[in-house]
Amino acid sequence: MKDLLKDLNKAFENKVRLGIMSALMVNEYVDFNTLKDLLGASDGNLASHLKSLEKSEYITFEKEFIDRKPNTKYMATKAGKSAFVKHVKAIEQLIK
Amino acid sequence: MKTQEEYLADIAHIKDMMNRSSRFISLSGMSGVSAGFFALIGSFLAHQTIYSRVVDLGYKQVILVHEKIYLLLVIAVSVLVLSIASGIFFTSRKAKKNGQKLWDVQTQRLLINLFLPLAVGGILCLTLLFKGYIGLIAPLTLIFYGLGLLNASHFTLNEIRSLGILQMALGLISLHFIGYGLYFWAIGFGAMHIVYGIIMQVKYKS
Repeated sequence: MKDLLKDLNKAFENKVRLGIMSALMVNEYVDFNTLKDLLGASDGNLASHLKSLEKSEYITFEKEFIDRKPNTKYMATKAGKSAFVKHVKAIEQLIK
Repeated sequence: MKTQEEYLADIAHIKDMMNRSSRFISLSGMSGVSAGFFALIGSFLAHQTIYSRVVDLGYKQVILVHEKIYLLLVIAVSVLVLSIASGIFFTSRKAKKNGQKLWDVQTQRLLINLFLPLAVGGILCLTLLFKGYIGLIAPLTLIFYGLGLLNASHFTLNEIRSLGILQMALGLISLHFIGYGLYFWAIGFGAMHIVYGIIMQVKYKS
């Protein structure tokens, strides 16, 4: 039981952050506006959660311009993916 | 630590986000039913056009004159246009209900993956048509349509995968019954679309 709890990741406790990681697990990248539509979060709220995932180095981003409008693409890092897999496995064990 | 229910909700949330971010889930079963319906009407009209003056004794020999070919083309294009239009209508209605956009990254991925094999098959069939291999058209259109569905199924509802496999199987079988292509078209594009449309409509009714 103790080992399981160690794998549960505080970074993924929040629903928005959990949603961001889920989307990034199955897509090469997802841009800011798509994430916003998907999660129904406000700009500021989403941005702060993205920032905290960036700080833990679970996601990275790339900025580009489409028709002179800035567009940010987000990707999960290797560390982020493995942490997420561990987290999901721990949850699965807990609800068994 | 959260409660059991909260973790179950988390898992549901993860699945939902994974599906909604990577798959187009608003595909409406009704669009399959309507496409199948138009395909059946089209096959019936084509059948009437082709075999109108053929006495049904012994081997069916058909000679296609130019007016008939134009009529068949009109039927084919009408079926295509009506199917696509009704598909867009029913699917956009469902997307609105799901709060999804009709035209987004998922739709684009779905369509690109569907139409790549279809375009290859279409060009191949047109080439064969001009070279006179009319008998191969029905089997090949079914096979390439099946390949397109199989390819697109990664980006939409799972049922599309088995529909694709069935269409390909039907195409391979129809290769042994050259001359009955119209009937196989009616089964593949007509009956199978209706059956799958109903299954999906019942399963994903929301």
